[in-house]
Parts: sequence; structure tokens; C-alpha cells
Amino acid sequence: MAVSKFTWLRGLGYRGGGPMLAWLLHRLGGLAMIIFVGMHIFAGFLMQQFGSDFGTTLNIFYESTIFQIILYFFVYFHAINGLRIILNIWPKLLEYQRELIWLQWLIILPLYGLSVFLSIQNLLTGG
Amino acid sequence: MRARTVPQPGWSFEYLMWIFTRISGLSLLFMGFIGLVSALLLGARTQMDLPTLVRWTFFQNPNHVVNSNIADVTIGWSNAYWQIIQMLMIFFGVSHGFNGLRVILEDFIGHTILQPLTRGGIFLIWLFTMMVSIYVILAS
Repeated sequence: MAVSKFTWLRGLGYRGGGPMLAWLLHRLGGLAMIIFVGMHIFAGFLMQQFGSDFGTTLNIFYESTIFQIILYFFVYFHAINGLRIILNIWPKLLEYQRELIWLQWLIILPLYGLSVFLSIQNLLTGG
Repeated sequence: MRARTVPQPGWSFEYLMWIFTRISGLSLLFMGFIGLVSALLLGARTQMDLPTLVRWTFFQNPNHVVNSNIADVTIGWSNAYWQIIQMLMIFFGVSHGFNGLRVILEDFIGHTILQPLTRGGIFLIWLFTMMVSIYVILAS
């Protein structure tokens, strides 16, 4: 079966396990960060040069807690998963990459939980 | 999505970008570390709240956010050294990002006429973003 109408559904049903999930989240997170950093640069430019309302709107949008909570996950995952990918240069570690992926989840989840906690605390107490 | 053809051994474009992705990723983490430690050394521990500290960790520019109160620390950071650090950060971050976008898009495009067009388009967007952000840094 080459390309069918159900590629997306088939892709989601494919049992790739941890490495496939890591690959998928790495790509999705990378795309999310391109959008975020791009917005950030243009909003900064617009605010600095023109003091424009559009720049302020973009700022308010990406400083919102929901946006940040989603972004934190992608950033932490991309950073820690990227370190694991660099470690794969050493072939011996490639054999243990499933275990490394479990280890990286163990690092990411507490960091992410702490960030979400601080972010929500900041929202509730008003910074 | 198609299988990618394996490039020839040697210093091909793909191999250079493979190396660059790793070097720039490590550099971004390292620069985040430099920003955090420097902010704390320059007095952020008593003068900044946590969100402001995090923003200054990753980008040492007073223009890029609404909510940060950075009145007292700005003086210590607005010099050539930190502007060069910011430019390096922008170079590594933007290049890493757009190269990643290129890799993802070329997975879907394959070796068609669209590939050079995509590369050209991404190069132009990369150039534009670099110019805009360096302008922001130098005009701060």
C-alpha cells in the first residue's frame, strides 16, 4: 500500500512505540518553536520600531499561560530528546535507545511539572 | 512522506547541516546556561522575579516582552559583549530552526522541482528573519 486516503489514521495506529513517539514529538515541537520564535522576533521588531498594537497583541498571546504551558512541554522535550539524539553518535548507546527514552521522560516530566506549577501559581497570584 | 536518498559520503551539504544541527543545539543550551549564570551574578536574584529571569536567560534584550520589569538590570547588559551573545543566539536558533523546517519539508517533497524552490524560499525567510532580529538587537 503506497499512499492511501487513510495515511494519517494508519500512521496514528502504527505501533512504533517510544522511539516513534519521540521522533513525532521532536518534529511537532520543532515546528511549534519555529512559529513561536518567529512570532517573538516579529513582535519584538514591531514593538521596538513602531510600538504597534499588533506587536502588543502577539505579545499578550504568547505570554498567556495556556500558550506557555504547551510551549514548555515542546521546549523541554526538544532539548532533552536532542541531547539523546546527539548521544546516538556513540553506536553502543543506540542499542539502548528505548531505555534512554524512558530515562529522558523521567527527566522531562519533573521539570515540566515544576514549570507548569510555577506558571499556574504565577497566573493565580498575579505574578 | 517518501524515503530519502542517502547522499554520497564526504562533506556534502546534508552532512554539514547534520553536524551544524548538533553543534547549534548544544550551543543554544550552553548559551542559556551562560545567560542564567550571568543574570544571577549581575544581581537578578534580588532584582528580578522568576518570569523575567527566564526571559533574560534566553534572550538579553529589553524590547521583546510586555510584562518584564527590567529597569535596574538593563544598564549592566546593554554593551557589545551581550549584543554579540544575542546575535550568536539568534544565528544558532534561527538557523537550527529553519534547517529543521527544510529537513521536514524535504521529507515530504522528495527530489522534485519543488526542492530547490523550497530551499530558496527558506533561505530568503532565514535571511529576512536574521536581518530583522539583528536590527532589533543593534537598535536596542
